[in-house]
Amino acid sequence: MDSAFPVAPATASRRLAALGSELARRLRRLAPPAAGLLVFALLWQGASATIDTSLGRFPGPLQVWEQAGNLWAEHRRERRREADFYRRQEARNAARQAVDPDYVPRLRPYTGKPTFVDQIGRSLLTVAFGFAVATLVALPLGVLCGLSETAYRALNPLIQVFKPVSPLAWLPLVTLVVSAVYTSADPLFEKAFLNSAFTVALCCLWPTVINTAVGVAGVDRDLANVGRVLRLSPLTRLRRIVLPAAVPMVFTGLRLSLATGWMVLIAAEMLAQNPGLGKFIWDEFQNGSSDSLARILVAVLAIGLIGLGLDRGMLALQRFASWDKGAAVR
Amino acid sequence: MGAYLEISGVGIEFPTERGPFRALQGVDLKVDKGEFVSLIGHSGCGKSTVLNIVAGLLRPTEGGVILDGREVDEPGPDRAVVFQNHALLPWLSVFDNVLLAVDSVFGGRRSRAWRRQWALHHLELVQMAHARNQMPHEISGGMKQRVGIARALAMEPKVLLMDEPFGALDALTRAHLQDSLMEIQARLNNTVILITHDVDEAVLLSDRIVLMTNGPAATVGEILRVELPRPRDRLALAEDPRYHRLRQRVLRFLYAGRRHGEAEAAAPAEEAA
Repeated sequence: MDSAFPVAPATASRRLAALGSELARRLRRLAPPAAGLLVFALLWQGASATIDTSLGRFPGPLQVWEQAGNLWAEHRRERRREADFYRRQEARNAARQAVDPDYVPRLRPYTGKPTFVDQIGRSLLTVAFGFAVATLVALPLGVLCGLSETAYRALNPLIQVFKPVSPLAWLPLVTLVVSAVYTSADPLFEKAFLNSAFTVALCCLWPTVINTAVGVAGVDRDLANVGRVLRLSPLTRLRRIVLPAAVPMVFTGLRLSLATGWMVLIAAEMLAQNPGLGKFIWDEFQNGSSDSLARILVAVLAIGLIGLGLDRGMLALQRFASWDKGAAVR
Repeated sequence: MGAYLEISGVGIEFPTERGPFRALQGVDLKVDKGEFVSLIGHSGCGKSTVLNIVAGLLRPTEGGVILDGREVDEPGPDRAVVFQNHALLPWLSVFDNVLLAVDSVFGGRRSRAWRRQWALHHLELVQMAHARNQMPHEISGGMKQRVGIARALAMEPKVLLMDEPFGALDALTRAHLQDSLMEIQARLNNTVILITHDVDEAVLLSDRIVLMTNGPAATVGEILRVELPRPRDRLALAEDPRYHRLRQRVLRFLYAGRRHGEAEAAAPAEEAA
């Protein structure tokens, strides 16, 4: 073997060495965050043993992990039940139709309680709706403020006053207004959903407005002059020069808005009783079983991870859509 | 009978927090068709302001500019500008940057196919056709400036205004671009106003060199005619005594002008627009 392929062992060992050094490099990169997480988990486990609450001992990472498994198992069980329910219903209807061909089957929807996973889905839907509404309002408003100094001066006091208002202050107003205005016999959306979504929209409007305005107003003077030399019409100038130039700032605003919206949503859902993560936490808090704290912590971690995911998603969208590929990762 | 381009009695004042600042005073200049004129002066003397007034980007406080029998009162593609920092739109490819200019100038008059061909032709003129699909951030500073020149030329301007177009480039790249510019000018016979602070560049490229005095209230100090035969070769010129005499005269003016300026204005003039 060796005499037939004198080179092979050498390259193989070199390749192995390269693989080894690559592995070592990755380990070195992963080591600090892993160590951070481990130390945090140990401190948490140690501290939790010393805190006694009215709902029992404060849960450590192990209990939280266990509850995460339970929540997932509950979700699976609920889905099975739902499938069983529909199967039984179909069988029943088929049986009755066999006896009585004129029978029109009544389809009843399954009315089980939403699981943790359903609630995550509901929260994402609510924040998406609120964020979409906010974006639809904020982008034109921001462009207007960026283009016109007068519009900016007119709107700036309003922006500055409404920007710091807490979602908890908006919610009662939103609730009453939605109740008064949204009076459909066959409502497409639940009121709790709209209340939460509009509260999210009111709170996450501002970063997009402000950043869009700054981006539009701050178009490089030479680029603006290119538009003037070419005698582009105001609309073409807006479309070909001003808006593209503002895109990086717009995305910065959108990222901030989405992060704000997600944070606000949990509080809004708690009060509005929108069946999302906020209501999940509130119900667990009211429920007060010995597992509640661990389940709330699962929700806390889920909220954090989803928030991170949303931000990374926006960043990926920005990388894809913006000409400025050097967008910051923070 | 006026010249092709006539700048007469132009002065401009900028409002500042400490009262009005007079940047230019009584600037007179006539440029013939097909002439290459350089404006040279210390930074902050207002030479870019003159260019911006001809471009229509700034309105003079008094005086005016007449180009080909028409008064300049707004920017327009008949006075294409090559900006110092190229000013390519970073979200458009090299080709689309030129095409945007072509479309806005010839949009109603020429077919789409003609306009694309016209844009490509001008990229070929500056030897940038190979990079037509690249984005501005993917090409070097010298290449960007070539595209900026292609964009300006593609507008078929009556006068090409160049605002220190090679100022930010390294010496070798600058020399290449100067040579390209000379070739293009020989072919198209454009009327060009070039703002520069590079003495060699001014002597090499120009038919006339306009020496600006220092601000505030800068004006035309002296005008030198460069009687060097074209085509000019930078290596041959390096041995030419006439070239050196011209260079000396410009340098002497700038040096004397600066001392004169320092004596007159205690604070150095700031770059105005």
